[in-house]
Amino acid sequence: MTGSEENILEFNDVVKSYPGVMALSHVSLAFRKGEVHAIVGENGAGKSTLIKMTTGAVIPTSGSITIDGERFTRLSPAKAREKGVAVIYQEFNLVNELSIAENIFLGDPIALHGFINKKAMVKKSQEIFDMLGINVNVMSQVKDLTTGYKQLVEIAKAFTHDVKILIMDEPSASLTTNEVDTLFSIIHKLESKGVTVVYISHRLEEIFEISDRVSVLRDGHMIGTYPTASKTKDQLISLMVGRQFSEQFPDRSGSTEEEVVLRAEHLSGPKVKDASFTLRKGEILGFGGLVGAGRTETVQLICGINRLTGGKITYKGKDFVARDPLDAINKGIVMAPEDRKEQGLMLHMSVGENIAFPSYHVCSKLGFINFSRTNQIIRKYIESLSIKTPSQEQLVRNLSGGNQQKIVLAKWLARDPEVIILDEPTRGIDVAAKAEIYEIMVKLVESGKSVIMISSDMEELLGMSDRIVVFCEGKVTGELKKSEFSQESVLSLASVNNSTEKEHKYE
Amino acid sequence: MNKTNGSRSNAVKKWINHNVIVFAFLGIFVIFSIISPTFLNVDNLLNITRQISFRGIAAVGMTMVILTGGIDLSIGSTIEILNIVCPTLMVSYGMSPFMAILISFCLSLAVGLANGILITKAHIPPMIATMAFMNILYGGAYIISGGQPVFGFPDSFAKMGQGYIGEVPIPTVIMILTFVAGGIILTRTTFGRSLYAIGGNMEAARLSGIKVDRVLIIAYIMDSLFTCVAGLLMLSRLMSGTPNTGRGFEFEVITAVVLGGVSVSGGAGRLFAVFFGVMIIGVMNNGLTLMGLNTYWQYVMNGIVLVIAVGLDYYSRIRASKAAKA
Repeated sequence: MTGSEENILEFNDVVKSYPGVMALSHVSLAFRKGEVHAIVGENGAGKSTLIKMTTGAVIPTSGSITIDGERFTRLSPAKAREKGVAVIYQEFNLVNELSIAENIFLGDPIALHGFINKKAMVKKSQEIFDMLGINVNVMSQVKDLTTGYKQLVEIAKAFTHDVKILIMDEPSASLTTNEVDTLFSIIHKLESKGVTVVYISHRLEEIFEISDRVSVLRDGHMIGTYPTASKTKDQLISLMVGRQFSEQFPDRSGSTEEEVVLRAEHLSGPKVKDASFTLRKGEILGFGGLVGAGRTETVQLICGINRLTGGKITYKGKDFVARDPLDAINKGIVMAPEDRKEQGLMLHMSVGENIAFPSYHVCSKLGFINFSRTNQIIRKYIESLSIKTPSQEQLVRNLSGGNQQKIVLAKWLARDPEVIILDEPTRGIDVAAKAEIYEIMVKLVESGKSVIMISSDMEELLGMSDRIVVFCEGKVTGELKKSEFSQESVLSLASVNNSTEKEHKYE
Repeated sequence: MNKTNGSRSNAVKKWINHNVIVFAFLGIFVIFSIISPTFLNVDNLLNITRQISFRGIAAVGMTMVILTGGIDLSIGSTIEILNIVCPTLMVSYGMSPFMAILISFCLSLAVGLANGILITKAHIPPMIATMAFMNILYGGAYIISGGQPVFGFPDSFAKMGQGYIGEVPIPTVIMILTFVAGGIILTRTTFGRSLYAIGGNMEAARLSGIKVDRVLIIAYIMDSLFTCVAGLLMLSRLMSGTPNTGRGFEFEVITAVVLGGVSVSGGAGRLFAVFFGVMIIGVMNNGLTLMGLNTYWQYVMNGIVLVIAVGLDYYSRIRASKAAKA
């Protein structure tokens, strides 16, 4: 462990609750001056809420934050910055057409009476680069840089102010192995200058390589802070996921059907490198993996949303390529997308219209809609999925998340599909509605339909799937039978292991 | 008992809120009846309906385009090129009115198709794509005509713009038919409902299996064809084609549509209200003329009305999204 034992940043019994959701529950946590402190946890464990509180973007419901000896209950973004907090996000906020120096001072240029002092900006940028040990001309344009150097420019941006706490949110997500090495040498340099680095990453290997201590979050609770060297990777994983199952999943005997409905062989396309799997009749096939592992992109290839660049899909024994979403829908493959508000629903339209929309062209003659038929469909699904709405004229935006999700299901079930793809089917909806969605899924597979469920909710993935296919960086890295289900087995297939890292190196 | 009364008065309130435009129209109508003694003449009123018919017919097409979140700035110039090409075909090439009209429709179809393709396939924003055509067609009309009016075509051509069915001018009848047809298309056909879906959430519409590009192209073609009807009626009314007949036409039509509550960001609006939007503009312009104000005041008033209409649209959307969050 390096640095003194002095705490630079403390969370004191911090709570953040949103209506119906407890994002952080009584978290206390201290960061020491000059340490590299990793934070790990599953998606939704509360890591991003913690970051947002440190930058003042989110105000705690109760509790306080102490930065450098000063205690805050309502930290403002300006104050956080003044106290030396800086964040480097996963996405870049760079203007490609401008020079590195101009990007570094974007939003806060060195200027006198509205005239920009370019010389001073170049000089200061060069100083920051020298300090970080980056060897690039600060006058070059950002568009000419590789992703790795863009990331370094993002880091340099943080140093136009005096930085005491540097938060890195998945900084290595888009970097190659060599670039990660450069990143680590910079982190070590910062550490020796007394800067505290808060490091967030899904790649556990990196955490063992770079961090002094590691804190584990699970479901908004603080599990503990440990010297990194005292834990193994497996121990860390069990700390991250180590909860018992609650009995919220419908009881059912797994599918015994052997008939394959859909077979994907070595699919490739945008963000998908090599995906193979089979979907059997009457089963729920879970897609596991980290966010960004290419699961959504894989189903988009099947549904005709993105173009297949390689591989082969066999559906009901025949070669299958969907020209566009309508083609897939007409052939019986439908998808409820992950972002129901942006992709699934017409929020300003009525419940009825949303349900009936995909059925319009089968319920119409010469383009004229047969409203008595569509009304039948609407009534049927409002009833069978027990969608709670005062009337079918109600606008969808006025309904709860759970009911909105049921409307998305209704509109697809109305087309009587064979394969139903559910991308994060229960994200952001409450427990009761979740259970209802699970019931609907069970009914579907019991009636002989097949379901692909993409889920980042580990409990849901293990509780609902008959089999699980795990994705990592655009590839299917493994398949688990029900008897092999465990959080550890999914996570270890989902995280980048050393062998793939080496492949990168020699590419 | 109380409860039913409450819900009934709520329903009335809702209906009034929904149809504010009708009351706005009645208000303006009453004001001009009081100010100007000649306003309420039956002749004047029928004259108003003919004056507004051209904008009204084009407004049906423009509504379709704006519902998708798009806009068409080229309709004024489309009218200009038609007002030159159609009479030139008859006068200089001796074509029958029927052939000239047919070619006019083909030309409009081509303009709509070109707009639609530029917008969907070349991904040029609707405002820019149609602005380009606004200039191309405007220039084309001047080049073909040399800036001179074209006249002297068969008198039979005058029937549709100047004639009457009973007491009612033919353009008025055609406008009413256009609104009825447009209303049926928007509410009862898959095409019409797709326009709303695309304007509301293009991504969701695409994922729901709507062929977004195709629907958009058809919308711009429909828009152009409705504009063609309006343009030919104008030509028939004036019996002289000039290359500047359509100046500011797109502006008046867009104002009327937006005033009729069609959201400029797409997805919401009713043709019933658009009809009253058209009527308000027509009555206002007629009233101002009767009051002796020159036409430049109409430009000023139209501009003010447009700002108010868009402002109200923005305000009501903010209110709706706040209500949804609450």
